[in-house]
Parts: sequence; structure tokens; C-alpha cells
Amino acid sequence: MSAALFLFWFLAALVVIGAIGVVVMRQPVHSALFLLLSFLAVAGLFVLAHGEFLAAVQILVYAGGIMVLFLFTIMLVNVRRQEREPFIHRQAGVAVLVGLALYALLGGLLVGEVRRLVATDAGAAADPAKLASVVIGGATVAGNSQAVGWSLYREYFLPFEIASVFLLVAMIGAVVLGKRTMEKVD
Amino acid sequence: MVPLSHYLGLSLLLFVLGVVGVLVRRNLLTVLMAIELMLNAVNLNLMAFSRQLGDLNGQVFAVFVIAVAAGEAAIGLAIIISLFRLKNSVNLDDAAEMKG
Repeated sequence: MSAALFLFWFLAALVVIGAIGVVVMRQPVHSALFLLLSFLAVAGLFVLAHGEFLAAVQILVYAGGIMVLFLFTIMLVNVRRQEREPFIHRQAGVAVLVGLALYALLGGLLVGEVRRLVATDAGAAADPAKLASVVIGGATVAGNSQAVGWSLYREYFLPFEIASVFLLVAMIGAVVLGKRTMEKVD
Repeated sequence: MVPLSHYLGLSLLLFVLGVVGVLVRRNLLTVLMAIELMLNAVNLNLMAFSRQLGDLNGQVFAVFVIAVAAGEAAIGLAIIISLFRLKNSVNLDDAAEMKG
């Protein structure tokens, strides 16, 4: 087993343990910590897939930003009241069935597709150097961040600006929702 | 060298765990966390295909998915706080005004 494959299985195990922990833990704080484990392991998998920039973004935005938001919210809402939640919900049986059905459906599609991919030349991975360098003005600049940045600011400039407007709208919306004091119902 | 199928299989498992989490849990905070798991599964798929095809577009798409996830988390958590003020609860079953 190569080192990359070993690392993949190790990180994959952490991702799955984290995800299972999110689903089965009763306290939201524990779920959040398992979610953090999953985020960090996914960042490791990004590095393995030659996406160093995305790994950094994953850690900064998910493990840094979103996780802090979650923990703040958990602190703001009263956690003790949530202990009334039954562990096995009446919907749980159906939910697991739906999950298994979805897994079987997508897994079946995946197995067929991978067989087709392996049969053709597409089974072999591309040269990783393509993801780690970019040609700017005739000169080759090395680095995954440079390549992603170049693509983001040239080919995807309009979507990038729209994303910034979207984030502004989300920020204003969050402030308005968080600030407004509503009248109590019943 | 990690085969593409490994990434896709892991991503599939992560996505299904997210779906099950959304359906099983009644705590709104945990439901939102399970949605983040699903978004992570999508990102993993994008990265795997980006590596497989040597195409940077997948990584750029993942950047946008992360941007959307950040906005979604901010708005979702603001709604949860708003709901908690209104109902003094973050249980999904307590938010049944529309008979959902």
C-alpha cells in the first residue's frame, strides 16, 4: 500500500467517524466537535487531491468561521432544554431506510460508472502539475493558489463578484434576523 | 496514487450520512450541521474530479460552494436564534405553524 493510499484511508476513516458522530451525538456541542474533526480530515483529503489552496480555505472558512458561528449559537440557545429530545425519533426508521435506499441507488450508479471509466483511458489520473501551475503572459508560474486565483479572477470574474454580493446580502440578512425582536406566539 | 472510485465512494457515504442526519435529528442545530456534511461531500467530489481530469474548474467551483455554505450557515443560524426567541426551543417539531 502506497503512502498516499494509506493516508487516504486514514483520513477517510476520520471523515466517516466525524460524520457518524455528528448524527448520533445527543448534545449539539459534541456534534459540533465531531463536525470539526470531519472538516479537518476533508481538508487533508483536499491536499491529497492536489488542492492545497482549497484545503487552506476549508480550514479557514469551515473549521474557523462556520464552526465558531455554530459554537456561538449553541451557547446562545439554552442547551439544557434539548435533553427532552428522544434519541430514537419516530421518524428514524424511515430515515435510515431512505438513507440505505439512496446509498444503494447512488452506489449502483457509481459502480457501473467506475467500471466504464476503468475500461477506457479516462481511468488514469491526469498530470498533477496541471493543477499546480499557470501560464501568465507566457511565463509559467508555479503554485496551486496562483492557478486557482488566476482562474477565479479571469474566467470566473462575474460569478466571483456575484458571490461577494451574495455574501453581503447574507451578512445583512443575518444582522436583521438576529436583531429583530419578535412578539411571542402562544 | 488514490483511485477516483475511492474518493467517490467516500463522498457518497458522507452525503448519505448527511441525509440521514437531516432526517433523524430534530435539533435544528444538528440538522444544519448535517447539511454542512452534505456540502462537504459535494466539495470532495469536485476535488476528486478536478484531480482526475487535471482541470482547475472543479477547484474554483468548490470555492463557490464554500462561499454559499458560509452564507447558508450565517442565515440558518440567525433563523435558529430568531426561532429560539419566538418559541424558546430549537426543536423542529415545535416549529409546525405550517403543519409541516
